[in-house]
Order: sequence, then structure tokens, then C-alpha cells
Amino acid sequence: MDRRRFLKTLGAGILGTAGTTLTASRLKAEGVVGGKEFVGVLVDTTRCIGCRSCEEACAEAHDLPVPDISDESVFEKRRDTSVTQWTVVNRYETKKGEVFVKRQCMHCSQPGCVAACLVKAMKKRKQGPVTWDENCMGCRYCMVSCPFDIPKFEYNSWNPRIQKCNLCWERLKQGEQPACVEACPQEALVFGTRRELVEEAKRRIYQRPEKYVHHIYGEYEVGGTEWLYLSAVPFEQIGFRTDLGTIAYPEYSTGFLYAVPIVLILWPMFLMGVSYITKREEEIGREGETR
Amino acid sequence: MNGKTATPEIKSIKDFMVFIRGELKPKGKILTPFNVISAPVMLLGVILIAYRMVKGLSSITNLSQEFPWGVWIGFDVMTGVAFAGGAYVLTFVVYILRSEKYHSIIRATVLNGFLAYVFYAGALVVDLGRPWHIFNPIIGNKFGLSSVLFLVAWHFLLYMIAEFIEISPALAEWLGWKMIRRILRALTLGAVIFGITLSTLHQSGLGALFMMARGKIHPLWYTQFIPILFFISSIFAGLSLVIFEGTISHRVFSDQLDHEYHTKYNDILVGLAKGCACTMLAYFFLKVLIFMHGQHWPYIHTPWGYWYLVEVIGLVLIPCFLFLRGAIDRNLTVIRVAAVLTMVGIIINRLNYTIIAFKWYVPLPVHYVPHWMEIETTLAIIFAEIWVFRWIINRMPIMRHPPEWAIEQEEQIVR
Repeated sequence: MDRRRFLKTLGAGILGTAGTTLTASRLKAEGVVGGKEFVGVLVDTTRCIGCRSCEEACAEAHDLPVPDISDESVFEKRRDTSVTQWTVVNRYETKKGEVFVKRQCMHCSQPGCVAACLVKAMKKRKQGPVTWDENCMGCRYCMVSCPFDIPKFEYNSWNPRIQKCNLCWERLKQGEQPACVEACPQEALVFGTRRELVEEAKRRIYQRPEKYVHHIYGEYEVGGTEWLYLSAVPFEQIGFRTDLGTIAYPEYSTGFLYAVPIVLILWPMFLMGVSYITKREEEIGREGETR
Repeated sequence: MNGKTATPEIKSIKDFMVFIRGELKPKGKILTPFNVISAPVMLLGVILIAYRMVKGLSSITNLSQEFPWGVWIGFDVMTGVAFAGGAYVLTFVVYILRSEKYHSIIRATVLNGFLAYVFYAGALVVDLGRPWHIFNPIIGNKFGLSSVLFLVAWHFLLYMIAEFIEISPALAEWLGWKMIRRILRALTLGAVIFGITLSTLHQSGLGALFMMARGKIHPLWYTQFIPILFFISSIFAGLSLVIFEGTISHRVFSDQLDHEYHTKYNDILVGLAKGCACTMLAYFFLKVLIFMHGQHWPYIHTPWGYWYLVEVIGLVLIPCFLFLRGAIDRNLTVIRVAAVLTMVGIIINRLNYTIIAFKWYVPLPVHYVPHWMEIETTLAIIFAEIWVFRWIINRMPIMRHPPEWAIEQEEQIVR
């Protein structure tokens, strides 16, 4: 291989590397507190009475169709959040009676959806909310990557959006609380910094150990979430996945991402080396023939 | 060899237009069985895609909030790209290892790989909710550097360029552009090295996409080694397609090939079969290791375990054995059967990750099953690719010998 060709090949390799070397170092910064503490909400499921005021307040705050909260038949079926309902309350029959559980985006501290998004349409804001932006391509990789199956996609639209709870990002900016927290008549929802909420949750568990299971859902799950839950019964009985582990979801792809720059440098070197060797052999072989 | 084309003399834009107009006309019979079947399918496909663009994805797909990715990703992209793997494997063998034996099939294979990317990965545009934003990750409308998909998108784009450079000398020969051919030919080795590197990364990258689908994919399939499994399987997926596609195109385009070529071709098939057998054995052992290491015994006596065995034993180990037998006995029929079995195995494997073993805990009535219109559009895209492939084969020196001047040029480059 002559020098010109060597440089040409090397140049191509470096070009490819430039696009990817940054990857690994940027990865974690996404989820880590950027100078500010994340805010979140503590849900005490023992206090929730299933009045669905939070559903109503959420819909009003985001111009979504307002549900009829007097209709109790909705509890017959297990409901999922949808493009027009960012939060839903479900009823579970347990040994300790009826339990109502509010469901919405968990706002992971290191969200899988944010790490998944190739155009940063999914963003982890400094205060904690995970929000969605218009530059989205609609690839739905965020939906595949979300451990809680939260992002919902407008399949019926020619110009679809991802719809999900944004922790009332627009209200937080003005110093207000999320609409659902404000609307809750039972104080089942508490808004605050995540650290305060964990402390408050522990205080409640320690003061009434007979009332709560000894676990705060969201404290460690998938690396921590901004929404935290307290329960009187084991969490798998009230619709939570307890098999998600405590590793933040973006961590699962770091191994691959770290390997990328290595392959981008070593592979072309190796291939050029092999090519050089086979080329030499070819030349020697030809000279042998002519002699 | 009656397909010898005279190199056109193109001196002005007018000459060029006349030449292209002549080449655009169909060659051969129009009312062939293939055309009669494929044309209506493609027409319907165009209508359905237009309808989907106006009415949204739910108008022709069964995608749901539970199942955001369906056959368009699972088959078109995941499987299509795996089958395109033959291009990087054979360019490695021919341009890096400089094995002359496979030189005669390299152009058809690279062309196939290139078209697979353009059409099957291009089908992604139909699947995107907001396809007009497809350029965002390229033009810098916010770079999602932490995303595996960002890497895959970039590597797709760059790899398409690399493959285009690899195939472009044929284009220059067709147009009779001698100077340009010389330049393009000089870029080949760079494009090949770059292309192999990119292939390694995005073949495995497609697997790495599912790393964050942990807890959604059945434990028999979810492992931290998904990227490596995807990469290795793309080698024998690609080679199997080369065997399969070669078998068909040698019948269809046999008038372009001389006798010498046909005799050599058997050697090529045997060589490819050996390559498949080796990589499949490696793949199988990796599968066994992952199975043992993950302590997956409890899963084996469940319906999912049986399904897993169908894939790993029935569609990896058995075709691997058949490839080996076929290579030893020089039995081309056995090799072809093995290639088809392997391809079925790859389809099932990729669909397991994307659709079948994805959300395996969801009851069957709620589980995603593709809408017939999704399958229809997929078929339309495959047919469109075959049409373009045929159009090019009939005009450019892909399977037939290049023009005299190109062979002379080639000898100068090699020396």
C-alpha cells in the first residue's frame, strides 16, 4: 500500500470516529443533577381514595379531553395512560382492601427514553421532568426503551407526537406545583425535591412500620425515579414491575457504545495490515512467475 | 454471451440523454409471470403508503402503544440488513484477503447489499411517524450522541456511500467514463475497509438497540451479547442469501454468463457453504455458552423453550451440519436447502427480538400480529428492489464481463 492510499484510508477511519468518540463521555451527564436537585412527587397509595381529581386537573392543565370523574365504572378495567390521558388511577383488590394507584411517567433520574432518542427530542430537564420536543422523528425507540411503557404515540395522526406526563414542566418553570399534586384532596401526592421526598417516605415507614411495606418504589428502581411510591401491600400486587433491577437503563447500552470507538480505530488498522500482507504476497508471487 | 454491450460514446449532454432514454426502455418480454404478479402488488403498495402518509400509521398497521415496532422494523430493517451482510463479508474476502475465486460474484453481491440498504432500510421512512425529520440526526438538529440508534443511522448512511463507491466502477463502465472509472476504482480499497468497519458496528448496533428492551424480551433471547450474536449471524445470513440469490439469478440471467463461469460457480458455492458452516458453529457455541452462563435450564421445558430449540437446533445446528455435508460431498442441492433453512432461521431470530419474544408475557389476543397491509407494502418493497436489481443487471456489467478498456485499466491498477 502506498502512502497516499494509507492516508486516504486512515482519513476515512478518523472521519467515522469523530462522530462517535464523544458518545461515551456524554452518556451519563444526561441524567445527573445539573447543579440543581431534581424535584419529584411522593405518592402514598394508602391515602389515595380514587377520586380522580388528579386526572381531571392533568387534563385541564394540558388541554386534553377532561374525563368524567364521577364515573366509577372505569375502575372495572385496568387502564393504561394514553395519548389523551397522561395519568390514570387504577383500583386493585388486595388483602388490605381496595388500593388506588395513580400511574404516569416516572421521570427516571437517568431515563432510557432520553438515552434512546437520536435527536434529543426526549430531554431530561435540570429540574427533573422528562419532556418531548417537536424535532422528534417518530421512530418510537423511546417506547421500546422505557421500562414502564410510558411514552404514547399518536398513531392516528399524519403528524404524530409522543404524549406523556411532563411533570407539568410549564408550571414548574413558573414556580408552581404540578396540577395533579395541587388538586389532590387527600395529600396523597407530595411535591418536593427528591431528597426531601425520600426522607419523608422513610419517616412514614419508620413511624408506621405495620402500615407500610418496607420499600420505597422508585428510590432505587432503574437507577432511581423522580416519582416515588409508598404502599401497604407488596408492589407487585398493585401493578408495579418489581423485576426491573436497580441499574439505570442507559447503562445497558454503554458497553456497546464504549466498544464503538475501539472498533472504529482497530478494525481499519487490522484490515489495512491484512491487505498489505496479501498485496505483498501477490507481488512476490507475480515476480516469481516472470522469472 | 450475447449481452455484450458496446461502450457508448458520450460527448455531450444530448448524447447522454439519448443513451439514458434508450436504456430506460424495457429489455426482454414484458408479460412475464413475475411481472404480472409483482406489478399489481407494487401499485397497491404505493397506494397504501400514500394512504398511510395522510391518515397516520394506524391506518394500515397493527402497531400499538404496547408494540411500537412491527414487521417494518422487524423484517424490513432487521432481517433485510442481516441479509445484506454478504457484501461486507465478500469484499473482505476479495479485496482484503485477495481471494480471486470469489471475484466473479463480488459485484452482484455488493449491488444486492447496496439495494437492500436503499430499499429495506429506506422502508424505514414509511415507518417513521415524522419522516420529514429523518435528516435531523444528520444535519445536526440536536445530536443524540448517547443513542445507539444515532450511531446506527450514521453508519447506515456512511455505509450506503461506501457501498455505492464499491459498485460505482460498474456504473462508469456502463456510461463509458474512463477517467471517472479510474478515480472510483482507486477509492475501492478505502471504501472496502471503511465499509467493513461500519458493517461490524451497525450489524451489531441493530442488536444493541434492544439492550434497553431488557425485561421486555424473553430471557432466552435477552443477553448482553446480543450485539455480538447479531454480528456473527449477519455473516452466515449474508452468505446464505448470496447462495440463494445466486442460484436464482444464474437461472434468470444465464445468458450473460460464459461456460467457464458456470463451472467455477460450483466451487464458489462449496466455499461459501464452508464459510457458513464455520460461522454457524461459532454462533451455536456462543449460544450454548450464553445459555449455560445465564442458567436458562428452567425455561427450556416451556413453550418458549421449545420455540428457542426450534431456532437454535432446527435452524442453526441442522443447516450448519447440512452445509458441512454439502461441502464435503459437493452436493449443491444440500447446500441450497441449508441456505434456505438458515435464512428462515435468521428471519425467525430477528422477529423474535422485535415481535415474537418481545413482550412475551402479553396474552396472545393483545399481542401484535402484522396487518395484511403491512405485509403487502413489505412485499411491494421487495419487488421494487428486484425490479431495480434486474434493470441494472441487464444494463451494467455486474454479472457479465466488463468492457475491454476496463479490463486493461484493471491490469494497470493491479501492477
